[in-house]
Amino acid sequence: MLTTKVMLTGNEAVARGAWEAGVGLGIGYPGTPSTEILEALSLKDGPEVCWAVNEKVALEEAYGAAVGGLRAIVTMKHVGLNVAADPLFITAYLGVNGGLVIAAADDPGMHSSQNEQDNRWYALHAKVPMLEPADSEECLRFTKLAFELSERYDVPILLRLVTRTSHAGGLVLLNEEMKYSRIKRDYVPSPRYVTLPGNSRARKKVLERNLAAIVEDESVQTLDLMEITSPEVGIITSGASYNYVKEVFGDSCSVLKLGLVYPLNVNRIREFAGMVRELVVVEELDPYLENNIKAMGIRCEGKKYITSFYELNPQIVAASLANTTLNIPFPSAGSRAEPAAPGPLPGVPARPALLCAGCPHRGFFYMAKKAKLMMTGDIGCYSLGAMPPLEAFEASICMGGGYTMAQGLSLTVPEGQKVFGVMGDSTFFHSGITGALEGIYNGRAFVPVVLDNRITAMTGHQQNPGTGRMMNGAPTLMQEPAVLFKAMGYDPVMQVGAYDLDAIRSAIQTAKMASGKAAIVVKAPCRLIRGVEGGSRRAVHQNQCQDCRLCLRLGCPAISLGEDGKPVIDALSCFGCGICQQVCRHESIYEVAEVRS
Amino acid sequence: MIRETRTIMLDGVGGQGIIMASKILIDGLIQADYDVKSSEVHGMAQRGGSVITQLRYGDRVYSSLVGEGAVDVLFAMEKLEAMRYAHFLKKDGLLLMNEMEIPPASVLTGESSYPGDINERLGALPVKFFPIAAEAKARELGNVRVMNVIMAGALIKLIGLADDLDWSAVVTAAVKPQYKELNLEAFRSGMELVRHSRPQVLVCNR
Ligand SMILES: Cc1ncc(C[n+]2csc(CCOP(=O)(O)OP(=O)(O)O)c2C)c(N)n1
Repeated sequence: MLTTKVMLTGNEAVARGAWEAGVGLGIGYPGTPSTEILEALSLKDGPEVCWAVNEKVALEEAYGAAVGGLRAIVTMKHVGLNVAADPLFITAYLGVNGGLVIAAADDPGMHSSQNEQDNRWYALHAKVPMLEPADSEECLRFTKLAFELSERYDVPILLRLVTRTSHAGGLVLLNEEMKYSRIKRDYVPSPRYVTLPGNSRARKKVLERNLAAIVEDESVQTLDLMEITSPEVGIITSGASYNYVKEVFGDSCSVLKLGLVYPLNVNRIREFAGMVRELVVVEELDPYLENNIKAMGIRCEGKKYITSFYELNPQIVAASLANTTLNIPFPSAGSRAEPAAPGPLPGVPARPALLCAGCPHRGFFYMAKKAKLMMTGDIGCYSLGAMPPLEAFEASICMGGGYTMAQGLSLTVPEGQKVFGVMGDSTFFHSGITGALEGIYNGRAFVPVVLDNRITAMTGHQQNPGTGRMMNGAPTLMQEPAVLFKAMGYDPVMQVGAYDLDAIRSAIQTAKMASGKAAIVVKAPCRLIRGVEGGSRRAVHQNQCQDCRLCLRLGCPAISLGEDGKPVIDALSCFGCGICQQVCRHESIYEVAEVRS
Repeated sequence: MIRETRTIMLDGVGGQGIIMASKILIDGLIQADYDVKSSEVHGMAQRGGSVITQLRYGDRVYSSLVGEGAVDVLFAMEKLEAMRYAHFLKKDGLLLMNEMEIPPASVLTGESSYPGDINERLGALPVKFFPIAAEAKARELGNVRVMNVIMAGALIKLIGLADDLDWSAVVTAAVKPQYKELNLEAFRSGMELVRHSRPQVLVCNR
């Protein structure tokens, strides 16, 4: 066997595991830190790989493929599972045919997320077995096994990732001679696939039986690690937390690392507990293992020592267990080395993310703020429109919520006032359409806006129904939000260029005054899309400038205060969108006629 | 001989080539038969936020990251970012800093100012501080984008990382063929920049 040692991220390793398992379909919706699983899978020959419009759709499609006998993997970030929760719960009852694996990535610490929910509870709640790998090698191995388990026990399998498994690189040995071989089981039509109370009553018994059996499965036993090295303290842990524990304690205390985190192997845990004097649970976020172990009647402590806030690391684990009555030596003093400074150095200005110079979202936000709109927003690059200096919308909850929350708010404002809701194109297709329909149905004083930059920008430029391309680049019908608005009954539907501030102003004005139901689409491609060209760059007439600083209110990273206190435009970063020129009241910003290289 | 696990943390601003610099280091470390883990946070990097990567290498590496006060080497592509994460260093750790200033938004709009005393303040920490003019050197070579490779060369030379390895071959394999000569020159000039500095023995983990 020809093997090579390569570094893969956890996401790449999951993709490789699915490919080695002969997966027929990979489908999901982008979301940090899960996005690169499908992106890596799409580079491999064999499986069908695509972006779905949202997570619920992805899971349902994958389920259909699995019922038909294919192996399927669904990917999403942690909050995506909220969207896909409805089918998740039901597929557990109905059972699968081909293996179905759902890879959902949590983001402890909220590096790039709106919350840090602990998705292990979903496994318990939905009765879906969950595997939790700790590093890339395990990501590959666990994913591969997950498909077999799914078929053997007739349930979907959840694969729990976190940022530090998804985006961590680790060494993996790959068999270079491996070939893709698509698995396809026979499909036998059966009433069991129909969710009716009668079927579900019977299926629930099957499900409970399968859950009891999977714990005893021989290959599942290989996912756990039981390291008995000391009779004093035993630590129960799983996933990334295991790495932190080993980093700090090495072999100085006993460790039980659980690979299957739902259902829990009660006998294994009891056996381990019997071999140590004190039992500690080290887990990130919620006391999921701890509460379950305590419910087994086993004495242990976890959150008494380990914080349930944010992400753990070896230093936090070491500090949390250092000053306790626990009898553990700290062999790896490196995890408690003396720091160079007691804490962050003071006086370091923050470096928040910004809308890019030339971002097509900027002009609408600027005009919306000027028009003093009451507006709710959503999630995407355009979330930055809530930040100073644009500060254009006041609230946002979750994808799709930008339209529906506005409609609720509209019930609280004076008669005649309208509330605007804004979202990006990918978000519109994900879950904005239903909210827009609601606005027509219940006749809300609401104006939907799409900031259509023709790409899913925030998560790194994925295709969506508006781009006219599928994930593999193949052409498909290009959806136009304006056409969908019209079909629902919005009128007038105004489509304006993102860099034309006058047109934006009058669209906002018309929408405010319209007796009918107005909708606005603001359009220009994301400037980071390959091939998108800017205009000629702008510059400031230093002697004409009245120093009113209106242009600085655009929050454009190309514009800064110069040495003499007047704004200057950086020639390199200016994209030439020209909105600063439109904002300037003193005609002090001009186009520089030059050929761009 | 047991090779202790070490941690290199790379930080900077989106677009400065941190991912590429870490790829060179990782490729070399793998060839030198180390166990390697890495950890990246690049949430909003494309939008000009800060980017952080940690690399850990040794005979057996468990965790892909460490917390504050536990990093052996900080490789900072920008001065403010060097200061932002300096407290991640261990006492006696090594701080390699690119002498480059990229003002954040609040400085551009005049709401705050770019600290003028970064070198003095970092120099006062109990660490081995090496500010180098990688950006200026890259401009001299005709392409500012190779400052990451210059920094990588300087780091490898400074800490004697896998010093029996053919790093030029590693760099060559990591870059596009048409940029090979430029990058090799950048790499060598990075080594040259620290030629007169004594090779640094890293603080031991124990
Ligand atoms: C349910 C859910 N799925 C996925 C995400 C991750 N996510 C955040 S924004 C975004 C895409 C936004 O794209 P778009 O609406 O086109 O706006 P843009 O970033 O292009 O401005 C995604 C996929 C999320 N936050 N919630």
